[in-house]
Amino acid sequence: MRLLNRTAGRLSRHRRGPLAGLAVLLLGLVISGSLFTAFSPAQADNQPSETEQVAQGKELFLASCSFCHGQNGEGVPTVRDGYQLGPSLVGVGAAAVDFQVGTGRMPMASPGQQAPSKKVVFTDEEIDALAAYVASLGPGPAIPDESDYSIEGLSEEEREEAISRGGQIFLTNCTACHNFNGAGGAMPRGGYAPSLHGVEPKYIYEAMLTGPQQMPNFSNGNLSPEEKRDVIAYLGSLEETPEYAGFTLGGLGPVSEGLFAWLVGIGGLVGAAVWIASHTTRSNKSKVDA
Amino acid sequence: MSSIDTSKVATSNRTDAATASKPGRAGSLATWADDRLGLASAMKKNLRKVFPDHWSFMLGEIALWSFVVLLLTGVFLTLWFNPSMGHITYEGSYDQLRGVGMSESMASTLHISFDVRGGLLMRQMHHWAASIFVASMMVHLLRVAFTGAYRKPRELNWVIGCLLLLLGTLEGFTGYSLPDDLLSGTGVRAADGFLKATPVVGTYMSFLLFGGEFPGESIIPRLYIIHVLLIPGILLALIAAHMLLLVYHKHTQWPGPGRTEQNVVGYPMLPVYAAKAGGFFFMVFGVIAIMGGLMSINPVWKFGPYDPTKVTAGSQPDWYMGWPDGLLRIIPTGWESVIFGYTISWNVMLPILILPPLMLVILMLLPFIEGWITGDKRDHHLLQRPRNAPTRTAVMVALMTFYGLAWAAGGNDIIAIRLDLSINQITYFMRVAIFLGPILAFWITRRWCISLQRHDNEKLLHGYETGVITRSPEGAYAERHLPINPTSAYTLTARDRDEVYTVGSDTDAAGVDAPNSRSEKLRAKLSSWMYSHNVQKPTRAELEEAHHHAEHEAELQAGLDHPVDGHQFDDHRLRDTTDVPLRD
Repeated sequence: MRLLNRTAGRLSRHRRGPLAGLAVLLLGLVISGSLFTAFSPAQADNQPSETEQVAQGKELFLASCSFCHGQNGEGVPTVRDGYQLGPSLVGVGAAAVDFQVGTGRMPMASPGQQAPSKKVVFTDEEIDALAAYVASLGPGPAIPDESDYSIEGLSEEEREEAISRGGQIFLTNCTACHNFNGAGGAMPRGGYAPSLHGVEPKYIYEAMLTGPQQMPNFSNGNLSPEEKRDVIAYLGSLEETPEYAGFTLGGLGPVSEGLFAWLVGIGGLVGAAVWIASHTTRSNKSKVDA
Repeated sequence: MSSIDTSKVATSNRTDAATASKPGRAGSLATWADDRLGLASAMKKNLRKVFPDHWSFMLGEIALWSFVVLLLTGVFLTLWFNPSMGHITYEGSYDQLRGVGMSESMASTLHISFDVRGGLLMRQMHHWAASIFVASMMVHLLRVAFTGAYRKPRELNWVIGCLLLLLGTLEGFTGYSLPDDLLSGTGVRAADGFLKATPVVGTYMSFLLFGGEFPGESIIPRLYIIHVLLIPGILLALIAAHMLLLVYHKHTQWPGPGRTEQNVVGYPMLPVYAAKAGGFFFMVFGVIAIMGGLMSINPVWKFGPYDPTKVTAGSQPDWYMGWPDGLLRIIPTGWESVIFGYTISWNVMLPILILPPLMLVILMLLPFIEGWITGDKRDHHLLQRPRNAPTRTAVMVALMTFYGLAWAAGGNDIIAIRLDLSINQITYFMRVAIFLGPILAFWITRRWCISLQRHDNEKLLHGYETGVITRSPEGAYAERHLPINPTSAYTLTARDRDEVYTVGSDTDAAGVDAPNSRSEKLRAKLSSWMYSHNVQKPTRAELEEAHHHAEHEAELQAGLDHPVDGHQFDDHRLRDTTDVPLRD
């Protein structure tokens, strides 16, 4: 008690000091701020409402997308029949926007055979707003939830089954373009199936769901949500599995193997032949055999 | 001189009779063995057999040693591999395929890869060694062709070599098809399609090979016995024949002082070549082991078991089958004709069933065609530099260009994605380049060779360029040339003059057509095409004239020698021309 009195006494001595007012003000602000954060109702007011999000999305859309996709996302045809600057986005759903914009494919830097994945130009919030706007144009697939593509909730045995099942689905449906290793492959006229290495599971799921660019659409009737999840699980397991065989040489199959057989194998061995031939024998002149 | 046995000659000049000393233990063992096997005389001759020294003479050895590695690793693999198409469920260590149904051959391949100690290393060494085996045969073939080593008397050994290349390729195909994985299964399916593209008998051949409809259950066991017994047996026999002929013909050598068509200048088998060749075996083994240990090849676990409903991007055969695949990829798809309701698929027959065998036949006939055109019936043991046979060199480069373009077309999809190109544009380019490329390559190579011949003549007549520039009193600049040394001059002139074959009169004295006059005319035309552009070596008179001229020049410059050469303070001046190596 005495100690407390003494502390209060010491503090009290400074009550008219030059910084006292500032300190009290700061203390008051911190306390009231903390109390507000602790007791305020869930941040309903901070989250933009659906309508606000769509409105924000529309503004972004008009600025960045409408040149090719039209002011209402209806698509812009070119003078050549059947060709368009940008396709209609009615009914492509939020998942398509999340994939195209979230991987940096859209907005496109220049027209071309295919929109390459590049640096993402929008923030997550802006992408959500764009997705909400495009979703409002017509019903389409929504952005998947993590529980859709994660095998976290499964037991060890179920996971193993999911992975091996996913591998077979992958080999049946995906490797024809993306290659057995997910290293990617060529498509007609300069198009390509991109590499799947290091692609976030969400985007792989969305790609299957929406069929971006030249990729076919694997609807849920075609590949069930569980089967999509299994494919993603298989790809994840490939990345986690150590490369038992050594350097994969790009994982492109026999072409790169042949290249290395010639460059390293024959190149090295011809080098060895040159070395052996240039180090020829020298007879010792001082020693004369009988 | 080796026929004189000096072992019983006295080692001193004392007067009492010399006697053979008692042989040591090793000696008596050798005598015991020789009395029963009689190997001493054969060994005495062959251990002293002389081989000439040049790096390009060791290329065939890479093939030989990689074949040895193939035998060693192959035997290891047979201990666990089960060539059966019996269906089982995989329950081994590789997680991603556990519980997947597959053939026993695929399962045993996975077993070798993941559950047999050193199995994956052995599999990868076997596969790398196979790639190197075929590749080294090809570089060896190119060396032999470019140096004219296939001329008489070695034409048949050339044919044996070509057969080895064909068998090596087939051996490779049957080998990589054995695991019954998705990639090789796609290849076997393609092979089935090629068989079926054969008119009339195609379907029968396919049913014969597969024991019924594709894929059936017989193909893997059949490929296995072809791979481990049939082709290796023939390969071994042909390799033995190839090497026996090599010993019989003796090795070719580069021309040079002291080297003639009657001798071989080099080092004996023992100890020099035994050490070199033995050492080279370990190098080949080492390179293959490093590749097998560090670099992935044919990761069958990623392909999964073969299933006709699946396919993967990057489905290519191993590199040596790549060029027919490339031809197949660039041939226009619509080339088919229907005869009596039967489709003839030219788009498959041409690139797979016609062109590759045709190329092989052309390759085998090369020495015979050349021999017929030149009419040269002499034995040749001295090699030609590629520039001194411009047409032959150019023909080989044209064939290489054709091969290379077809080969690149076989990797068109990989080229497209790696270099950001359109696969269609690559195809269009190749369709033109496959015709123009070889012609262009032929023309460039031949002119190049002829220019090099001209350059050789300039060196012979005017000497080599010293790099010393002199300024005449008038102010003109000229580079001084010094004569090349006699060794280099000998080597440069050690070649025959080309003779263009000309036909005599079409008719004999009685007005009767000479026999074979038409083929003789063709021969004359080809001989002219082959030789008429070549630059011949200078004649004796030209050389003497040039030397006389050079001496005269030297006299004129004698007084200038000291101040102008610019090398007073370094050691260049101390060298004479014999120290300067042949430069080209």
